Amino acid sequence: MRRLWIGLTYAVFIILLIIPLSRIAIGAFDKGLDGFAEGLLRPEALHALMMTGLIVVFVTVLNALFGIMMALYLVRANWLSRKIKGILNSIVDLPYAVSPVIGGLMIVLLLGPDSIIGGFFEGIGFKVVYAFPGMVIATLFVTFPLMVREVMPVLQEIGNDQEQAAATLGAYGWTTFRKVTWPSIRWAVVYGLVLTVARSLGEFGAVLVVSGNIMNKTQTATTLVYQDVENFNVAAANGVALVLAAFSVGLLLLMEWAKKRKDVH
Amino acid sequence: MHVEVRDLNKHFGTFHAVKNVSFEIEKGHLIGLLGPSGGGKTSILRMLAGLENPDSGQISFHGQVVNDLPPQERGIGFVFQNYALFKHMTVFDNIAFGLKVKKASKAQIKDRVTELVELTGLKGFESRYPHQLSGGQRQRVAFARALAPEPQLLLLDEPFAAIDAKIRQELRSWLRELIERVGITSIFVTHDQDEAIEVADEIMIINQGRVEQKGTPWDIYKEPKTPFVASFIGESTVISSAAELKGFEAAANKNATRALIRPEYIEIGSEHDFSVLSATETGVVRHLHFRGSEWLVEVEVKGHKLITYRSLEKETLQPGQEVRVLVHRAYLFNDDHSWIEENRLKVDPMPIMI
Repeated sequence: MRRLWIGLTYAVFIILLIIPLSRIAIGAFDKGLDGFAEGLLRPEALHALMMTGLIVVFVTVLNALFGIMMALYLVRANWLSRKIKGILNSIVDLPYAVSPVIGGLMIVLLLGPDSIIGGFFEGIGFKVVYAFPGMVIATLFVTFPLMVREVMPVLQEIGNDQEQAAATLGAYGWTTFRKVTWPSIRWAVVYGLVLTVARSLGEFGAVLVVSGNIMNKTQTATTLVYQDVENFNVAAANGVALVLAAFSVGLLLLMEWAKKRKDVH
Repeated sequence: MHVEVRDLNKHFGTFHAVKNVSFEIEKGHLIGLLGPSGGGKTSILRMLAGLENPDSGQISFHGQVVNDLPPQERGIGFVFQNYALFKHMTVFDNIAFGLKVKKASKAQIKDRVTELVELTGLKGFESRYPHQLSGGQRQRVAFARALAPEPQLLLLDEPFAAIDAKIRQELRSWLRELIERVGITSIFVTHDQDEAIEVADEIMIINQGRVEQKGTPWDIYKEPKTPFVASFIGESTVISSAAELKGFEAAANKNATRALIRPEYIEIGSEHDFSVLSATETGVVRHLHFRGSEWLVEVEVKGHKLITYRSLEKETLQPGQEVRVLVHRAYLFNDDHSWIEENRLKVDPMPIMI
């Protein structure tokens, strides 16, 4: 009986993860090394990878900044009542529950060219939806809980005693954060970063809705894969997918390494 | 630093934690805030530090109101109950933190830290991290860290609570000596009366957000001002009708006067042990408890259970044995007032009774 369960577990693992991954790897080299290179070096593929890269950079920076601040305010701010903190705390998890496509749709409805805000921005020559800013916002929406949820438990666990001690020793907010709080949360922030990068690399639904998937303009790596498959260009699709998968695996290895480093000062 | 607190109030939600607290502390004194847990001692300490804002009232240092000063500007040192050491910094960096914040020069920092490390007996531990230290050592680091920027007032929140009994004893006398040597005004919070009596120059008894009494440990022990103080300090038994006790009939004739009697107020023995036998009562030994260095004797007098200690050198009593009991004095109190009353028969035996 026990063997059956062990076997079943491995079977699920292989069917869900290993087989698709190997299928992508094999598919990418369907037309040999040249085919793989050709698929990747198409101008639209390079542009899509660049878009993905830019989104990852912007989203990671913004999410780190606001995620850490959100976590700090949710845990530390005593000017917020407990009730409001509780409500904010559950809203943070909203992107987990809401489908990314719906998240993207909300952004289009709020900031699209036909909306008041979107119209205003369009008027001053700043396109939000069907352009880069909208894609960053959509990816931010999807990744927002990742940093907050990594940092919050650590802040709760260390408590504010050390910060208060720093205050009685004459240190103000920024010094206290830099010298006392930051060293305690930095590994949590590293996990948050890794998760954010991985999630923004692979984000599809929200970005597809918001970007309009315009080739050489707003197309990202994932939406390119989708379009390649639609166009029966399976080998190229596999190639781009393989690059994305390789990045993600690398990131997760980095995270494992970070976890090991955590206990070392 | 001269500290003055006037009409301090603090609420936590609907809970009135500190009620109209006023007191004054002389420069250089070591004060113990003593009282049961949840009595508001720590809240008072935190308000002095600026970590908590009072709802009303005034805190002055050197005659200057500091209510609106943040903790950073108050010139205080604070030792937290769980030490709150910076866990990712070495002992050296922990102690140096306050100096670095003040932008002291490298040489100055090194001198001051070295001085404090020697003062606190932490030599050789400078490059260790807090998790590599014992509880007592952590306490010393916390202490050195608080002293490093040369504060004018040192606040200690239950400084010995997290340390085991044996080392606590050592640390108490160490702390007392150190504070004397540094000459800094200090206030510490404790719920342990032995600690307060042993360490403090002056004790403030805090109960339910109020200062019950302020005075030297001796004064508080000898002349408790309120029934709470009398029952909180030392051991005691409360007798609901004090007039029943021999020698206190006249003093306690007002109705509902109760008596609080400490073990050391009571003497027991056989008839020939007492010079004024008429002042004694007859009692029956109920239980004997061995307390290491003496016997704790429970003796029943007129239906009241009294507790006293008896030297091991004296003849050993047996449960059920009849003995004479002399109550030297009692702390009497009723709804109106409270006072210390000596046994009148002992001092002034009436001629007819001889």
